[in-house]
Amino acid sequence: MREVAAEFVNPVMLYSIGKDSSVMLHLAMKAFFPAKPPFPLMHVDTAWKFREMIAFRDQTAKRLGLELIVHVNEDGVKRGINPFDSGSSLHTQVMKTESLKQALDRHGFDAAFGGARRDEEKSRAKERIFSFRNRHHGWDPKNQRPELWRVYNTRINKGESIRVFPLSNWTELDIWQYILAENIPIVPLYFAAKRPVVERGGTLIMRDDDRMALLPGEQVQERLVRFRTLGCYPLTGAIESDADTLEAIVTEMFTARTSERQGRLIDGDEKASMEKKKNEGYF
Amino acid sequence: MNAPSSGLQKFLADQEKKSLLRFLTCGSVDDGKSTLIGRLLYDSKLLFEDTLSALEKDSRKFGTAGEDIDFALLVDGLEAEREQGITIDVAYRFFATDKRKFIVADTPGHEQYTRNMATGASNSDLAVILIDARKGVLIQTRRHAYIASLLGIRHIVLAVNKIDLVEYSQKIFDDIVADFALFARDLSFASQMAIPLSARHGDNVISKSSSTPWYSGPALLDHLETVDVDSALANGPFRLPVQWVNRPDLDFRGFAGTVASGRVKPGDAIAVAKSGRISRVTRIVTMDGDLPEAMAGDAVTLTLADEVDVSRGDVLCDVHKRPEVSDQFAAHLLWMAEEELLPARQYLLKLATTTVPVTVSALKHKVDVNTLGHLAGKTLALNEVGYCNFSLSQPLAFDPYRDNRDMGGFILIDRFTNSTVGAGMIDFGLRRATNVHWQALDVNKTMRGTMKGQKPAILWFTGLSGSGKSTIANLVEKALAAEGRHTYLLDGDNVRHGLNRDLGFTDADRVENIRRVGETAKLFLDAGLIVLVSFISPFRSERRMARELVGADEFVEIFVDTPLEVCMQRDPKGLYEKALSGGIKNFTGIDSPYEPPELAELTIRTVEAPAEIQAEAILRHLRDKDYI
Repeated sequence: MREVAAEFVNPVMLYSIGKDSSVMLHLAMKAFFPAKPPFPLMHVDTAWKFREMIAFRDQTAKRLGLELIVHVNEDGVKRGINPFDSGSSLHTQVMKTESLKQALDRHGFDAAFGGARRDEEKSRAKERIFSFRNRHHGWDPKNQRPELWRVYNTRINKGESIRVFPLSNWTELDIWQYILAENIPIVPLYFAAKRPVVERGGTLIMRDDDRMALLPGEQVQERLVRFRTLGCYPLTGAIESDADTLEAIVTEMFTARTSERQGRLIDGDEKASMEKKKNEGYF
Repeated sequence: MNAPSSGLQKFLADQEKKSLLRFLTCGSVDDGKSTLIGRLLYDSKLLFEDTLSALEKDSRKFGTAGEDIDFALLVDGLEAEREQGITIDVAYRFFATDKRKFIVADTPGHEQYTRNMATGASNSDLAVILIDARKGVLIQTRRHAYIASLLGIRHIVLAVNKIDLVEYSQKIFDDIVADFALFARDLSFASQMAIPLSARHGDNVISKSSSTPWYSGPALLDHLETVDVDSALANGPFRLPVQWVNRPDLDFRGFAGTVASGRVKPGDAIAVAKSGRISRVTRIVTMDGDLPEAMAGDAVTLTLADEVDVSRGDVLCDVHKRPEVSDQFAAHLLWMAEEELLPARQYLLKLATTTVPVTVSALKHKVDVNTLGHLAGKTLALNEVGYCNFSLSQPLAFDPYRDNRDMGGFILIDRFTNSTVGAGMIDFGLRRATNVHWQALDVNKTMRGTMKGQKPAILWFTGLSGSGKSTIANLVEKALAAEGRHTYLLDGDNVRHGLNRDLGFTDADRVENIRRVGETAKLFLDAGLIVLVSFISPFRSERRMARELVGADEFVEIFVDTPLEVCMQRDPKGLYEKALSGGIKNFTGIDSPYEPPELAELTIRTVEAPAEIQAEAILRHLRDKDYI
C-alpha cells in the first residue's frame, strides 16, 4: 500500500463495505500510522445495497476521519435499471462496471485498491497484485506484466491505471481469523439475526425494502439467517445460521462445505462470467 | 454456539502455529500439473460442495478423463485455455493441512511462457518438477530446473508422474532420476526428492501407494508438510529499504518499509547505505504500540535519533555489515519481452524501492539452458538468459541475490512501453565504480562557453537518409562560424569511418553508435562548443538517452521531416536504390524502422522551403533562446 502511495499521483481505495474491504482498510490504517492513509475511500453504490451497509459505511468513514466519495451511476438510475426487471447481468454491467469506470474517470484516479482475493474464483487466481488496465479499464489476461519478488512495476502512461489487490494471497479463513484477532468492526449483516427473507429459486433473499415485489406464492418469513458475502440485497443469498459472534462464525467456517461466492447470483449467469466482466473493467 | 469455545481456541492456536510453504509446480504440456494440484485440493478435503458439483458438470463437458472427475478443470481458470487444454499463466492456489498452509503457483510448461515460471519461482521456496514417466527428462525439464536454481529455489521435488502408464516400473523411475541428477549436479539445490506418482489415480500423492512397493520415500504431501525450507534471512545483517517517509506533522518523522533481512531494536546503531550517515533507532512504531524488536519480513516504521537525510529508495542497514554501493555490477538477466534486449539502450531498473536508469554495458555470455554451457551473443531474445555487466546512472545499494532476494533481485522496465522486460539477479558489484572518482575541475563548461561568447549546446539533427540533415547542418555551421562562434559538426557517415568503424547496422549496433556519439557530443559541449550532430538516429530511446546525458537547456532536437518518397527520389548517394534491390540490409525506412520525434524543439519540412531558409529559422531559434 505504501508502494502505491509513494509511486502514484492520485490513488483511491475502493471500499465495498464487505469484510474484505474492512480488513483492507484496517491494513491501510496500520501501514500509514501515525499518519492517515493518504488517499480517499470510494464506494460505487448501486442504489440496491442493504441499508445496514450504507449506515455502516458512513459511520466508518466518520469514525476514522477519512474522505469518502460515493458514486452512483445517475444515468443508470434514470434508465430505471434494477436487478429485478433488468436482470442481474445488466444491472451489474450498468450499476457496477460502468459506474466504476465513470467514477475512476471523473476523479482521474491512476491507482485503485480492491479487496479481491485469489482464492475467490478461478480467473481471480491469475490476477496480478498490481494489475495493469488500459485507457478503457480493460484487463488483458494474456498480456499481463510479469510480477517477480515483491518488486512491482508501477509505471503507466497518462490515462492508464493500475488496480492493486493487497489481499491477493489471503483466504476466506485468513480474513475471518484476522477480523477476530484484530477485533475489526464489520457490518452486522454477517451475524445471525431474525430477518425477513423470501425463498426464490432456492436462495434466501432478504427483503430489505418494499421495492422488492413478491411473486405469486411467495411469502416473507422471519428466519434466523446471516450473510457470508455482501452485495446488492436482491442478488445476495442468505444462509440459515445461528452464528451471532465472530467466534461462532469462524467455527462455522472451518466446518463449512460451500464456497462463499455461492451466495452471489451474478457468477452463475454464464460460464466464465467473472472473466468476461473483468475484461470489461469489473473489479 | 455450534462448538465449545475451547475447541475454537485450540483451532486458532493451531492455525497460528502453522508455517507457510510457497511452492511452484512446473512441467511440460500434458505432464499433469493441473491434475496434480486438483488432486491435492480434492484429497486434502478443501473443495466445497458447490465447487465439486460444478466440477463434475464441467468434467462431463470438457473433461479428458472419461467418466472420472478431471481435476485439471479445477485449476485452469481462463476460458481460452480451458478450451485449448493448456495453462497459459501463473495461477495461485491455496490449501492447508493440519501441519502447514500452502500457496501453490501453477506455472506453464509451454516453452514460450518461461517468464511466467520465473514469476512463480521468484516467490517460492520449493519447486515440484513434473516428468511424464513415458517421456523422461526433456529439454523443458532441464530449463525448469535451471530457472528454479537461477531464481534461488533450493529445494526440488522431482515428481515422476503417470507411473501407472509404465506399469509402475522401478527401472524407468531409476533411469529418470539418474538422468536428472547428472544434469542437476551443478545447480546447487539443498535438497532433491524424487517421487513416483500418478496424479490421476492418487498414487503416492497423499499417501503411499501399494503399487510401488519398491519405493521407500514419503508420499508427496508428507514431504511438502515436513521439508525444512527455513532461510537464514532473520539471522542476516539488518536491511530496511525505505518505502515511505511518514510525516503526519512536524514532530514526527518515521521511515516505513519491510525488513529485508536481520533484526532491529530501539537503541541499535544504523547507517544509511548510500550516504554513509549514521544514527540510532529510537522507536519501532506500529498502530498497536511500539515494538521491542522487528525482524525480516515485518512491515514497520522506524524513527531515528538524528535529523539524517533519508528518503524513499535509501536502505537503512547494519553499521558494520553494509550492503555494496556501486554504479556497476554483474548479474544474470532473464529476458521476458518479445522485443530483444539492446545493450547500450537505457532501461529503468527497479530494485526494492529504488528506480534508476541503467544500461547493459557488456553481455559477457548467454547461457544454454540445456547444457548450462556459455554462448557468445550480442543480444538476448525472449526467454534467453545472459550474464551481463550493468552500468547505472547513479550508485545503488544492493546485496548479492544468493544472500537476499529482496536486496539483489531487480526488474528492467522499458522506458516507452512501461512493460517489464527483464528480471535480474545480482551476482556481485564491480569495484571499478568505487575507484574511478569524478575529477572536479576548476575550469568548467560555463567558463569555457563564456570565453567563447556563447552558451554551449547540442543541435541534434534527426531524419531519414537523404532528408537534408547534413546539408542544413552544414549551412548552420557556416553561418555560426561567420559570426565568430565556436562549433563542431559530427556527421554520421564521417564518424562511421573512424570512431565507429567497428559497428554495423543491426539494431544493437545502431544503439551503440548513438551512445558513442552522444558521449562524444557531451565532451565537445563540455569544451564550450556548439555541437551539431547529424545522424539518422532512428530510435526514440537513444535520442532520449543522448538528451539526458546533458542539461535540459543544452539539447535542441531538430527533426528534418522529409517524406520517404521524396528522400527516395533525391537519393543523393544511391543508397535507396541499393537497399531496394537488396544490396543493403537494415536500411532505415526500407527494412528498418524510423521513429519520428514526439517532442522535437524544431521541425523542419524541407519540401516547404529551401535549405537556406530552414537554416535561417534554426539560427533564429538559437537567438531567441539566447544561445548566441
